[in-house]
Amino acid sequence: MHPAPSVIIFTTLSGLGFGLLAWLGIDAAAPTGWAAFWWFAIAFALACGGLISSTFHLGHPERAMKAFSQWRTSWLSREGVCAVAALIIMGLYAAALVFFGAHIPLLGWAGAALSLLTVFTTSMIYAQLATIPRWNTPLTSLLYLTYAVTGGALLSGRVTAALVLLLVAALVQLVWWKNGDGAFAARGSDLGTATGLGARGTVRSVAHPHTSPNYLMREFIHVIGRKHAQKLRVISFLLMAVAPFVLLMLPFQHVFALLAVLSHIAGVAASRWLFFAEAEHTVGIYYGAR
Amino acid sequence: MTDLPTRTEKKLGLVIDLDTCVGCHACVISCKGWNTENYGAPLSDQRPYGEEPMGTFLNRVHSYEVTAPGQTAQTVHFPKSCLHCENAPCVTVCPTGASYKRAEDGIVLVNEQNCIGCGLCAWACPYGARELDQAEGVMKKCTLCVDRIYNENLPEVDRTPACVRTCPAGARHFGDFADPNSNVSKLTAERGGMDLMPELGTAPVNKYLPPRPKDSWDEESILAPFLEPVAAEPKGFLGWIDKQLSRLPGDVKDMEGVE
Amino acid sequence: MTFQQPKIDTSPKVSDEIRKTTCYMCACRCGINVHMKDGKVAYIEGNRDHPVNQGVLCAKGSAGIMQVNAPSRLKAPMKRVGPRGSGEFQEITWDEALDIAVGLLKPLRDKTPEKLAFFTGRDQSQSFTGFWAQSFGTPNFAAHGGFCSVNMAAGGIYTMGGAFWEFGQPDWDRSKLFMLFGVAEDHDSNPIKIGIGKIKGRGGKVIGVNPVRSGYNAVADEWVGITPGTDGLFILALVHELMKAGKIDLEYLAQYTNAPVLLDADTGLFLRDADGKPLVIDSVTGQPAPFDQKGVRPNLGASYEKDGKTHSTVMARMAEKYLDPQYAPENVAAKTGVSATKIKTIAAELARVAFDEAFELDQEWTDFRGETHQKMIGRPVAMHAMRGISAHSNGFQTCRALHVLQILLGTVEVPGGFRFKPPYPKPLEQHPKPHGKVTCNSPLDGPHLGFTHGPEDLMLKDDGSPIRIDKAFTWENPMSSHGLMHMVISNAHAGDPYKIDTLFMYMANMSWNSSMNTRGVIDMLTDTDAVGNYVIPNIIYSDAYSSEMVAYADLILPDTTYLERHDCISLLDRPICEADAAADAIRWPVIEPDRDVRGFQSTLIHLANRLGMQGFVHEDGSAKWQDYADYIVNHERKPGIGPLAGFRGKDGDKVGRGDVNPDQLNRYIENGGFFVAHIPEGADYYKPWNKAYQDWAVSMGIYDAPSPYLFQLYSEPMRKFQRAAEGHGDRQPPEHLRARVKHVMDPLPFWYEPFEDKAIDLEEYPIHALTQRPMAMYHSWGTQNAWLRQLHGTNPLYLPTKIWDAHGFKDGDWAKVSSTHGTITVPVALQAALNENTVWTWNAIGKRKGAWALDENAPEANKGFLLNHLIHELLPAKGDGLRVSNSDPITGQAAWFDLRVKIEKAEAPTADQAQPAFPPIKSPVGQGPDHLEWKVGK
Repeated sequence: MHPAPSVIIFTTLSGLGFGLLAWLGIDAAAPTGWAAFWWFAIAFALACGGLISSTFHLGHPERAMKAFSQWRTSWLSREGVCAVAALIIMGLYAAALVFFGAHIPLLGWAGAALSLLTVFTTSMIYAQLATIPRWNTPLTSLLYLTYAVTGGALLSGRVTAALVLLLVAALVQLVWWKNGDGAFAARGSDLGTATGLGARGTVRSVAHPHTSPNYLMREFIHVIGRKHAQKLRVISFLLMAVAPFVLLMLPFQHVFALLAVLSHIAGVAASRWLFFAEAEHTVGIYYGAR
Repeated sequence: MTDLPTRTEKKLGLVIDLDTCVGCHACVISCKGWNTENYGAPLSDQRPYGEEPMGTFLNRVHSYEVTAPGQTAQTVHFPKSCLHCENAPCVTVCPTGASYKRAEDGIVLVNEQNCIGCGLCAWACPYGARELDQAEGVMKKCTLCVDRIYNENLPEVDRTPACVRTCPAGARHFGDFADPNSNVSKLTAERGGMDLMPELGTAPVNKYLPPRPKDSWDEESILAPFLEPVAAEPKGFLGWIDKQLSRLPGDVKDMEGVE
Repeated sequence: MTFQQPKIDTSPKVSDEIRKTTCYMCACRCGINVHMKDGKVAYIEGNRDHPVNQGVLCAKGSAGIMQVNAPSRLKAPMKRVGPRGSGEFQEITWDEALDIAVGLLKPLRDKTPEKLAFFTGRDQSQSFTGFWAQSFGTPNFAAHGGFCSVNMAAGGIYTMGGAFWEFGQPDWDRSKLFMLFGVAEDHDSNPIKIGIGKIKGRGGKVIGVNPVRSGYNAVADEWVGITPGTDGLFILALVHELMKAGKIDLEYLAQYTNAPVLLDADTGLFLRDADGKPLVIDSVTGQPAPFDQKGVRPNLGASYEKDGKTHSTVMARMAEKYLDPQYAPENVAAKTGVSATKIKTIAAELARVAFDEAFELDQEWTDFRGETHQKMIGRPVAMHAMRGISAHSNGFQTCRALHVLQILLGTVEVPGGFRFKPPYPKPLEQHPKPHGKVTCNSPLDGPHLGFTHGPEDLMLKDDGSPIRIDKAFTWENPMSSHGLMHMVISNAHAGDPYKIDTLFMYMANMSWNSSMNTRGVIDMLTDTDAVGNYVIPNIIYSDAYSSEMVAYADLILPDTTYLERHDCISLLDRPICEADAAADAIRWPVIEPDRDVRGFQSTLIHLANRLGMQGFVHEDGSAKWQDYADYIVNHERKPGIGPLAGFRGKDGDKVGRGDVNPDQLNRYIENGGFFVAHIPEGADYYKPWNKAYQDWAVSMGIYDAPSPYLFQLYSEPMRKFQRAAEGHGDRQPPEHLRARVKHVMDPLPFWYEPFEDKAIDLEEYPIHALTQRPMAMYHSWGTQNAWLRQLHGTNPLYLPTKIWDAHGFKDGDWAKVSSTHGTITVPVALQAALNENTVWTWNAIGKRKGAWALDENAPEANKGFLLNHLIHELLPAKGDGLRVSNSDPITGQAAWFDLRVKIEKAEAPTADQAQPAFPPIKSPVGQGPDHLEWKVGK
């Protein structure tokens, strides 16, 4: 799949943002006043920034409101609905904390649940796609949720939780990669099944329908070298989990915490780039590519 | 609708005969022409006279080669457009309801006014049947020429998809798969019409007829008796002719070498 | 929230109006419905009523809309202001353009008409352009047949009075076995696709004989991946097998062919009676009799003793030749690359279908001898070939061999077989001979192109030198019926046989893909003499588009696109008839040009009028016709016979023969742009011998009198040329050609190795290299079409597995490909379904930078390439100082497909620029837009 920056930024930032919102929502000792303002500003900035970024790839962003209509069937629509619901509830929760110093736990817990549900719906946009076997697994939801919760813990300065979650995230990421690498083959789709000619012999693409790349090829076929991918995985893994873990284990310093957060975000972004770049769509089969 | 209809009255679709398709691209361009001028936004072309030209096409013809050990390699031309699946995954993913499957005939359409151009339906389609038009920013796909097949401004004989009407080799057939007596149902039954990527459970309506067995003559001939020699050299040959001619004087019909 | 399915308009208005005309996206000439909205072209589809395409339309036809809006269209007349090849032009008025042209042409016509060479490329009006050239008085005219498929056309005419494509077609509704030779996606493209669909739909079989399994060969039930240039050998092996097994149609051969004709034992010419009629031995009397005598039963195997000499029949000569073991399948398998088993199986299948699946039609008919037959016997085997087997130096004999095979099976002009289309069948004698007698300020003595019957018809001056600049109808190629367009520039540059003053060309991309040796031709066009004048002094060129050739002309006469013009697809020319109907068609301006351009034929009329050319002006010098439409309606070739056969006579009710009808074009337009006259039932098979057909043809004006004839298995004209080479007669070949003429002019088809194979080191250059045009572009003019160029914007060189593996090629690799003449560096791709010693690519995809209004970085100008750079127009030197053209030695057909190459792996060139690369031409029309959303309606 084409690793479009808008989608990478969206999933990375909004995941972190909703993760942070979730932690803020369940915080029994929630901050108030200006302290609350800054925490929520960061969380909303990330969540909304991600959502806004996601509209950059739309052909008609001005029609985005229509996307709330099909929540009964469409995960993308559900994501929109959940995100708005989460933002409204968390907005009310935050307003109460910031302006009135009032802590309404019920609202917080509801907002937290909606935030995580938003992350889940985001993950399902990808996990539902049978056309991309690498994504088409419940592990994708687990990955997205783990990342969101881990990032939120890191951002909200919950060191212990973050340390544990970083280990969990590392594990989930490794499992997801391992699973993903075999997913396409396990699905059994190849040019034989794609053309129905497989029983006759080996089917090979001898000429594309058009000699220049078309929309389908640009969107669905992204060839990334195996070595290159491995290198990026290592970098992503180091940045996302290992470096933050080490930094948090060091005696606490704000700069280490900041570095841990930035490293994690960079690692998540790299992981997301790979999430798309390594994903093979069945359309590629028709073009003799994976 | 974003919900797939539980059943459709008709199941309109295409049968594509891989035994007959010569790969001429007539269907591709006829489709481009009709759908540029008709249904929704024109099918645009980027860099039409430049580097890497890239246009929106609703139907594209691939070329494949099938090889098997010890057998002659075969070339198969393979037109591909929307298969109007019964379990169309492209429809259910649509967040706006722009993509829908018509209850009356099963045609999968995009209502361009509602399309936000998110591209998710193209992601959900295993076959590459949907293309986001780069100029208009909406999803384009085969409409099965819904603006032809019922069009009262066209003579009845022309109420078929443009690709079917134009196909010179007659490799494309249009009809109702819900009717077991339709041309497409019969062809599918007779010739073993295939689904593409059946493992994905999309239940395509369009069917592909496999190429018939080919290149059977590479092995020992079963036709050898037809070539029993009548003579090995010119003199014997002329003698044979003489015999043929004298056999039925005045009427040499039906004696051309049939012993 | 329940989803409401939107209501859509399923009956939108399709168009304001449909204008029916004839396609010109290739040479197929299908009927098209042009849907108009607001006076603009909105959509093009096939015309269901049209005899050629019956409603279907190919990719080219549907893409016509992008041809009509193409940014490469020339806008106005231009004169060159920079050096040739620079592309620097200045737009001028038509008056100035015609003045310049007349200024060049008038002095030539007055003093040296032969110094004008007028050659037209993809011309569909040769009957008119030839008429113009004839009226001008130059002997130097031809169209592009010489580098296209003249072997097929001439091979057919000389053998059976017609060939494939516009001459005839398989009996698609009755054939059960269709055998297709070589690349044939070019001519009659839609009818063949329709036909293949029909045959396959009935469960019939298609055999494809082609080194490359693409296109029609992809759907062939049996593919014969033959070695290029060996088709003749393969065919004669089939002939060998069929004759040996007696699986030939003796009745047919005896009645309708020259198989029973007696050959003079001394001369090898026919024994004739006092009236000049060839003699046969009558089985009934045992005595010689003229072949067409009523009641005669020609005896195939007879011999005739006279004056102590034994004269035997053609059949006997054929038995001697083709039963020879050299044609046994086992002995040709290695050369042809086709196993003996496969050859035998194919022969057996041909026999089985022709004889065991023979059928009868209850249709009475009377033959030319006056004998009435109760039934028509069907032999459901049909064949087709075109450029593939033609474009070799042994192509003519191969084409003849193919027809001999068809005739032996009795499958020509019978139900289920191959059928002629009017005006064919037409015997050799009904065709003109070539003409070349020049008289200043007067027309030539007759049509330029024709068919030679013997040495006396050659276009040679008294000193033996060629009359024509292209050396057509000389000993180098005595039967070059279509001329040799591919030799014109080379000969004109060399001044051999003489210098010319003005080269006038139409729609022929000679500085690019239509020439062998492209680099060389560019150099010839720009070469200057000692004082700096161009060696070819003046070049006038007409084209509708900014092709590569435009830059090399001094004066540009811009043509219209095909939807902006009048044309006639005439029975006098290359009509669109079907096997059971005569048909012709017109083009008419369904839109008006939005530029200062004129149809080329009208421009020729304007020039002729200014030059006062006889035929074009009245005695008083006033013009007969104002433009081409005027000519189409009012010209009469003979009294009552004009360019269009339909709606003749004052009331438009006459067919074929009739007075001029001023309303004729409107009648055509009302009728859908074409006219059809059906052949009466009972006249539609056995046409060369069928009295009913012959009478109908006379009524249509096709012949002036019935002209039945025998199929010429043995070609007497060829024997005459051969005899001259053996030392007989006043006109004999020059010594350096004597042995060659004697060898190749065999009156019975035979196979010889392509010339290039004999001239070069095959160890060094072991690989055959071929080209073909993709179906979506065949015969179309230019890949600037925005939709079509997306299908084929680059052209890899396809390599077979053997070569691919031997060099360790991988996807994306490049190769250096060399011939004895040149080297190219090009991208490669693997194709397994390919003859193991053959490589090939799509032709004419590669474009010169700056041409066709394309971006200089367009893939066509970058990765796209031409194989032409590897092919020389001359055969390699033999050391005798004389070089002959790389053509068939009989017809002069360019031997494109004889090419041999070697291949090496190469580094990808900088910026993936295929080599050789040429500097850009300055585009005289600018560059196309960077996006298109073409919708003319609201």
